Amino acid sequence: MRTIYASLRLSLLLMLVCGLFYNMAVTGIAQVIMPERADGSLLQDGEGTIIGSSLIGQLFTDPGYFQSRISSTGYAADASGSTNYAPTHPDLAARVDRSLADWRQANPEVPAGQVPGDLLTQSASGLDPHISPEAAYAQIPRISRLSGIAQDELRALVERHTEGRVLGFLGEPVVWLLPLNLDLDARKEQ
Amino acid sequence: MLIYTYAAIAVPFLLVLLLVRPAGWYLAKAFDYNPTGLDRLFGPLERLIYRIGGHPRHNQTWRDYAVSLVLVNTVMLMLAYLVFRLQGQLPLNAAGLPGMRPDLAFHTAVSFITGSNLQHYSGESGLSYLSQMMAVVFLMFAAPATSLAAAMACIRALADKPLGNFYVDLVRALTRVLLPAAFVLALVFVALGTPQTLEPAVTAQTVDSGTQTIARGPVGSFVAIKMLGTNGGGFFGANSAHPYENPGALSNLLQIVLMLLIPAAIPLAYGRMTGHARHGRVLFIAMGLLLLLLVGALLAAEHAGNPALQALGLQQEQGSMEGKENRFGVAQSAVYTAVTTASETGAVNTMHDTLSPIGGLVALISMLLNTVFGGIGSGFMNVLLYAIVAVFLSGLMVGRTPEFLGKKIEVREMKLIAVTLLITPLLVLVPSAWAVAAHADTISSPGFHGLTQAVYEFASAAANNGSGFEGLADNTRFWNTATGVVMMLGRYVPILLLLAIAASLSVKRLVPQTSGTFRTDTGLFGVVFVAAVLIVGALTFFPVLALGPIAEHLSLWQR
Repeated sequence: MRTIYASLRLSLLLMLVCGLFYNMAVTGIAQVIMPERADGSLLQDGEGTIIGSSLIGQLFTDPGYFQSRISSTGYAADASGSTNYAPTHPDLAARVDRSLADWRQANPEVPAGQVPGDLLTQSASGLDPHISPEAAYAQIPRISRLSGIAQDELRALVERHTEGRVLGFLGEPVVWLLPLNLDLDARKEQ
Repeated sequence: MLIYTYAAIAVPFLLVLLLVRPAGWYLAKAFDYNPTGLDRLFGPLERLIYRIGGHPRHNQTWRDYAVSLVLVNTVMLMLAYLVFRLQGQLPLNAAGLPGMRPDLAFHTAVSFITGSNLQHYSGESGLSYLSQMMAVVFLMFAAPATSLAAAMACIRALADKPLGNFYVDLVRALTRVLLPAAFVLALVFVALGTPQTLEPAVTAQTVDSGTQTIARGPVGSFVAIKMLGTNGGGFFGANSAHPYENPGALSNLLQIVLMLLIPAAIPLAYGRMTGHARHGRVLFIAMGLLLLLLVGALLAAEHAGNPALQALGLQQEQGSMEGKENRFGVAQSAVYTAVTTASETGAVNTMHDTLSPIGGLVALISMLLNTVFGGIGSGFMNVLLYAIVAVFLSGLMVGRTPEFLGKKIEVREMKLIAVTLLITPLLVLVPSAWAVAAHADTISSPGFHGLTQAVYEFASAAANNGSGFEGLADNTRFWNTATGVVMMLGRYVPILLLLAIAASLSVKRLVPQTSGTFRTDTGLFGVVFVAAVLIVGALTFFPVLALGPIAEHLSLWQR
């Protein structure tokens, strides 16, 4: 009985130390020294409205925008995840087949065989903020046709928003979609 | 491009190599019962904890040690269960989430106290901030502290020292290792972009004129102990694939290094504490080479892409991107996957269900072996087990009584080892068969992959890994209860048996080393050790692996 009581006392104490004090201390310090990151790297427009997070991907359905990867949740940032199709799952092939058909319709300039794999597959989180540079270049003919902006100019825009490998060798080069599409908007308004 | 793939492998492993020796030295110091300089540093905090929590003084027998371990873990399990059940009535619940159902609360509490972190809920919609902190983070500290304590007790026994006291070891694991390191790492993760706030989710007006509700929370402090303690449970449903939980290549690198650091340092600490430093290094190198083998196989499999999508006309030059994040790409995802399954962490930056069949096979084998470093403490206890098996097999071959660290291995130890070896196959194969036979409706994939889904879930539970193949409708009474029980047995039975084996060896007289002794600090021993792991560990599962991932691979690539 005495050992049970001792175990309970120690467990409760450790629960407070590891569960409460530790989390609260980190929260307090992080909020003071880096509040912007601690709040989720949120982005605001000129009027102070929150337009998203610099880390979280968004859904772009307007064909005039560079479009994001497929997401079964539609980029719901309160329900991350994907449908988890195994490589042999028949529904995966069916879904990709549908996506390719949609692609052909929206992008007659680019043959379906030249679509980079990341664009028409789901990311793990369903919130991927990036596409590959190739996936951005493949969309340029469509956006040029719809917006009247020259392909060379769009190409330069994509290059400007391409982030290289971290420290030159880690990860993959990616295009961050949100600022790219914001810049595209700004260019269209000119 | 190949050079970047090599960098993806080389950089984390070189960092681990750089850090592992000081870490091993530190672990040996931290758990030394003789006075050390660390007492001055951590003494005040520990004395405060002892004053409030009760002061344990004496050395325990292995039975007392085991009873204390199980008792404390049971109490912690019940505390967490209560928090999960009652979270609807407790504060810090901005989203107004209700309490968990009994079977899910049981499963979740067991999952975290056993260091498995299998999750049948989604963080965003399943747990309040209070539950994430007071229950999940608390257990993420307690579980690795428990298994680290048990491993240290085993090592002491093998070093012919008194076993020690569980309460002291538990507190030291927290005050000297996990809490200070996690505290610093949490701030590093926030600096890399992980949120750390108690504010509720925020709604954004997106660019393409829609709205997006962005879940956040105290994620940085959560991720630090999740990785450092080889826990692996996600704050969010998508775990370390979520951009908040793993914002970029740097955080990904840090997470890989953290998953390996303590598990890789323990064999070196063991060598130091037993006075067989070379023997510890041989084990470390043997496991390191096994891990490289697994990483290589996984990388090759994922780079090959998916021939079924290629046939439809979708480019596969990036490798298989379904279920992967662009910021990691195939290389960083494959290395992460191999490390998370080998170290029994279970964090995922890739959806494992979407791995190529061979990729899934490698992940499955890493978990089933449970000796390629393995989780903190419990993995190393398995390594000791296989080291003894290796010595025993060599002894059989030359017809001599096998000795391990100068102690004779006899009938009693081998009986206990045989029982321990049978646990994993029993815990994986029997319930998998049951699931496939009676609960096939919860398995989402048809064909060979469906079998792999069930086997993966129980392998993950039995090895206390916690990564999910998902794709299972697993939040049901059957899956919650079955995997809950498997996790408990998979955790505590080996710990208790290993304590018994170590204690049984510790009372024996030291046999002087002669020219006939099979030495455990040579390359030859390393080879026998790896052979023992592969023959005993992997062959058991070969039939089921042939029916699952191997058959799936053949069917995918034959067209």
